[in-house]
Order: sequence, then C-alpha cells, then structure tokens
Amino acid sequence: MRSLNPLSKKHANSDPAPSRWSYRMERLWLTPSFRKIVRVGMPSFLVVASLGLYFSDAKRQQAITDKYTEIRRSVEERPEFMVKLMAIDGASAGLNSAIREVMPVDLPLSSFDLDLEAMRKQVESLDAVKRVDVRVRAGGLLQINVEERVPAVVWRGSDGLELLDIGGHRVSALQSRAARPDLPLIAGEGANTAVAEALALLETAAPIRDRVIGVVRISERRWDLVLDRAQRIMLPPKQPELALDRVLALNEAQDLLKRDVTHIDIRNPDRPTLRMTSDALASMREMQGIKVNNN
Amino acid sequence: MTDLYQSQRAMRNKRQAAMQRGVIAVLDVGSSKIACLVLRFDGPDSFRDSDGIGSMAGQSSFRVIGAATTRSRGVRFGEIDAMHETERAIRTAVQAAQKMAGVRVDHVIACFAGAKPRSYGLAGSVDLHDGAVSDNCIARVLSSCDIPDYGENREILHAQPVNFAVDHRSGLGDPRGQAGNALSVDMHMLSVDRAPIENLLYCIKRCDLELAGIASSSYAAGISSLVEDEQELGAACIDLGGGSTGISIFIKKHMIYADTVRMGGDHVTSDISQGLQVPMPTAERIKTFYGGVQATGMDDRDMIDLSSDTGDWEHDRRTVSRAEVIGVMRPRMEEILEEVRVRLDAAGFEHLPSQRIVLTGGASQLPGLDGLASRILGQQVRLGRPLRVQGLPQSVTGPGFASAVGTCLFAAHPQDEWWDFDIPVEGYPARSLKRAVKWFKDNW
Repeated sequence: MRSLNPLSKKHANSDPAPSRWSYRMERLWLTPSFRKIVRVGMPSFLVVASLGLYFSDAKRQQAITDKYTEIRRSVEERPEFMVKLMAIDGASAGLNSAIREVMPVDLPLSSFDLDLEAMRKQVESLDAVKRVDVRVRAGGLLQINVEERVPAVVWRGSDGLELLDIGGHRVSALQSRAARPDLPLIAGEGANTAVAEALALLETAAPIRDRVIGVVRISERRWDLVLDRAQRIMLPPKQPELALDRVLALNEAQDLLKRDVTHIDIRNPDRPTLRMTSDALASMREMQGIKVNNN
Repeated sequence: MTDLYQSQRAMRNKRQAAMQRGVIAVLDVGSSKIACLVLRFDGPDSFRDSDGIGSMAGQSSFRVIGAATTRSRGVRFGEIDAMHETERAIRTAVQAAQKMAGVRVDHVIACFAGAKPRSYGLAGSVDLHDGAVSDNCIARVLSSCDIPDYGENREILHAQPVNFAVDHRSGLGDPRGQAGNALSVDMHMLSVDRAPIENLLYCIKRCDLELAGIASSSYAAGISSLVEDEQELGAACIDLGGGSTGISIFIKKHMIYADTVRMGGDHVTSDISQGLQVPMPTAERIKTFYGGVQATGMDDRDMIDLSSDTGDWEHDRRTVSRAEVIGVMRPRMEEILEEVRVRLDAAGFEHLPSQRIVLTGGASQLPGLDGLASRILGQQVRLGRPLRVQGLPQSVTGPGFASAVGTCLFAAHPQDEWWDFDIPVEGYPARSLKRAVKWFKDNW
C-alpha cells in the first residue's frame, strides 16, 4: 500500500549527500593541524588565559597569599609543633645564663620558626663555648648541648687578665690573678698564640715549680721563664725545653738558681751566659784578684 | 599538443606531491555507483622494476585505509550528465571514505568509462647521433611520432610507449644504453572527448579536491583483473559496467587497444522494467536475485512475485516465471557481447597469440554469463575479480570494483606515459654551447 502520509520521513527520498558546508567542515576537522589546535591548543589556551586573567588582579593575589599564610600558620601553630622549653646541658651556671641571654627566641614558639643553625652559630659565638649542638626534642623541648672551653692559663695581656684555653682561645676575662691561683701565668705580646708551648715549658720546669712565677713571650718568638727573686731564664726560640733541661741539670749539679744570678741566658745554646748581681760580680772579681776602678 | 603535455605533467607533479604526503584518493565515477578508496603510501619498496621500461613516475606500495561507495546519480553511459547530482554523489563517497580513513584527502585520481575512447597506434623513429640510446633519444623518438588528426574537442588520455626497437631488434622494453643507429617506437594513444573530462574536472574541483591523474576505466579494469601471464601473452578485459562496457586489450604488459560499448547492466534493468511493467528498483532487484542468461526446465516453475502498490489488486498480484525474466535479459546480454565481439574483431584481437577474455565488472556476476560469452567471444573466457590489494575491505573485492582497484594500481605504479619523459631539447642549446666553446678555442 502506498503511504497515506506523503511527507513521512521514511518515504521522502532523502538525499544522503552532505551539504557543501558540512562537507567542508568535515574536511577541516580531518585536517591534522586544525584538529590538534582545536583539541589541544584551544583548551590549554583557554585554561591559561582564564587563570592569567584571574590572577592578574592584585587584590585577588593578596587574598590568595593571605589565605595561604593563614593555613600555613594554623598548621604550624598546632600544639604538636610548639617548642615550650629550653634545656641546656653541659654549661656552668654563668654560661647557662649567658646562653639564655643571647638566645634570640622567646618560647613558646613553633618549631617551624626556629632557625636551629642560626641559633647554633649564635651560641658558638660565645667565647666560653667550644662546641654546641641544638635540636628540638620530642615533647616540645629545645635541647642545647654545650661543651665548654676549659681554661688552661692566665694571660696577662695588654687588656688585662684573661683566661685562655689550651688552644689559646679566650675563655673569659679575669678580675684578679688571685681568683685562679691554680693556673699558670703567661704574659707578653703574642703569648696567646703559643699557649701549648708555654704549657710544655712549664711542664719541663716542674722540678722548680715552686719558684716559677710564669713565662713571658718575648718578641712573639721565644720565652723567658720568670722565677721569684727576680731571676729569669732566657730560652732560645728553638727547642726551648732542651735548653731548659740543661739549665735544670746545671741547677741540680751546682745549685745555679740559688746563687746570686739574675739572668741565665741560654738563647745561644752553645754559649750559656750568666748575668750576676753587682755584689756577686764584685766578690768574684775580688776572688780573681782583679782590681776595678769603679767610681 | 604541448598544452596537453603540460597539463598531464602538472597532474603527474600533483600525484608526486600526494605520494609525498602519503595519502591519495581514488575515485571511480561509474554509471551505477561511485566508489572512493583512500590509499596510504608506505614509500617505494617491494616492487620489481621489471615491467616495461623502468618507471619514471615512481612507485610505491600502498594500503587502502578508507573505502566507500554510493549510488551514482547524474551519470549516464559513464559520462556526467547532471553535474550537481554527480558532485553530490562524489561528495558523499569522498566524505564517507575520508571518515573511514580518518584523514583528509586533497588529491584524487579519477577513472571513468565513457567519453568515447578511441585507440591509435603510432610509430616514430629517429637516428641515434652518438650510437647509443639516451633519455633524450627516447624523448626525441616519442615526439617524432606522427600524431594523427584525432579530431576537434578530443583529449589524449593515455599515450604509452609499447615497444621500442633499436635498428632491427624489436620488442625492447627499456632501450636506454643500447647501441645502435636508429631508434623506433610503437606508441598506443587513447583519445577521449574533451567535454566529459572537463565536466569531471569541474565536479572534482567543486568538491575542493585536486585531480592528480585520470584514467580510462577499461584500462584500469584490465590492470586489476588480468593476471600477469594474461597481460604478458595477450588478453582482453571486458568490464561490464552499469552504463557502458569497457574493452581493453593487453599484450606484453601494455594496453594496446581500448574501447567502450555504450550498453551495460542498466540497459538490462530497463529491459526488465519495460518488459514486465515494473519500476526500475524492482527490476533491479529481480535482476540481481533471479537473473540469468541460461533458462532450464526448473526455471519455468520458479515464480517471482511482482508486488507493487498501485492499489489495483490484479496488477499488484502479478507473478512471472524466472524463465520469462531470463528471456528478457538474454537478448540484451547477447547484444552487448555481440557488440564487444565486433569491437574485438575491429581491433584484430584474433591475431594475438593468446586470446583469453576476462569478464569483470558488476554485470559479470550474472549467472551463466561465462557460458554465453564463450559461445559468442570464443572458448577462452573466464570471470575475473580485481587483484587483492592490501587493506581492501571485503565489501569492495567484488568484480564491480575492478576499475576502482585498477585505478589504485595505476596510482601506485603507473606505466610510463609519454609525458613522463622530458621534452626533447632538440640538441640546440647543447650545440650552441659547443659552438661558443669552439669559438673561444679558435679565437683565444
């Protein structure tokens, strides 16, 4: 039967051919470069452009950074990350208070805000501190382990009395020599650079310890051992211990130091020289029968 | 002559460009269907350079990546009759093939059946100046062929050198480098009407495509459905299309003759339609389902309903026996084959060493046609299908696609045509340069 509806789609002799424009669009769409632009280029351009447009406003940027810092703060300031106490181990009472004074932080503080390296440097800049390590321990504790410098000698320098450690580093100032009578005294310009040498000399001078007052650095090059009764042993710059040993041996054999000499000059080890008091010189001359006209 | 040379050369350049881009479309504009295949070229490999003289146009292996076919509209006898209808049909086919391939095609190689092809055999000969055949000599001998007056409003579609002879040694495929005194050539030239070509060009241009080559569909069908020994020893390919029947004769792998009979399967359909008083679609359906050319006793009892919807009960309930349908179809098929016979006789087909005839094209699927054809055309008749091509969908491997597949082969592996050789330099510039050098030598 013929269809009663002449306009029904099924019977309309529909043209399968694409229109010119749809054909052209299809061909354009099949062009690889066009396809790439539409599918990759345009979306990515849109995303970049919209993001750029959104962030180009200074107020929005401010708001975003504010929000970011706020979130960051809220995490950092959680009690789990707070440092509440400072514990200092290995420091004497004076150093302890000095460290607490120089420490630039006031607790409690978030552990994210602590610059441990800077704090370590700060503490290490104290003279009395030899080595320090700073860390945050569990439970909100800032642990500072200090190794103090041990004073080895008292140095009478141009700025008054100072305590030095064995490496010659300043430990602290000293009010009076009497405050630390247990430490040997060194003096002279540049003596702090050769503390170990001075200590070795004093060690060598142990047999006459009760007579030693100290050692004096001369011309930043050699030592004088100063004894009581204004006696002085002038030592050479090279191998001063050996020279001192020789003097001590002489002393042992002939009680040199008990005699009336002021200086024992062994600066040239081949030619030890004595300087006597004027009385001793006179009596020696008398013994030798030499008449001197000294008026 | 030269403008044709130029336009064909331009088409060759376009084809080269398309091969560089790797994608080309093949369009078979037939009377009953328009087929479009999209080829992807993989670069020149896997071809033996044994066919004819070495190919100048470049060869490539290819793969079919898109295929579409649509009902043809506006084409009669293989010629474009209604331009806009045809343009739409081409657009439909091209768009569907493009969609299947997923790539855009810009270059198209077209083949069509009509336009009254006419074959000419040309001969030319030149003396060889330097005793050996060079590229320039081939160009010279080709241009020395005396072109017959092929008529006003005609174009040359193919001009292929078929045979070269140096002195008295004939049958050379590639004479380059041969020593001798005279070079002669036999060339086959196919001319067609200009108007159908221009119409086709216009339609293709309207589809935003560029024509990169054009082929006669009888030639294309011959390339695809004749096997190698048939092409070598001599065979005719009968392409039974919808609106026209193409004939091409091959020997030594070259086409030596092509012609068309302006009758085809559509005429059988219209005969059924007229004889049985049924509309064309019904006639087409009856032809394809029940058609044949050899009636048997069984066919008298095989009744076919001729249902229609006129509203007249008597008219709508008619039946016809299959024998009657065969009785309508057979005389028309006989007429077509007789006409083919006439054309083959005119071409001198009986003088070929081998007289194999291959039937292909959509109408060759008619049952029993090979028996009828062997009675009319000779004993050596077989039914041919197009060569198997890589990537070809199953739906387009039938004999109806012989010319489409042939055009693919033509696109991928064209035979040398006249315009593949350089325009002869006539020796003039070289000689004048020599003269200038001589003048310098003499005077300095």
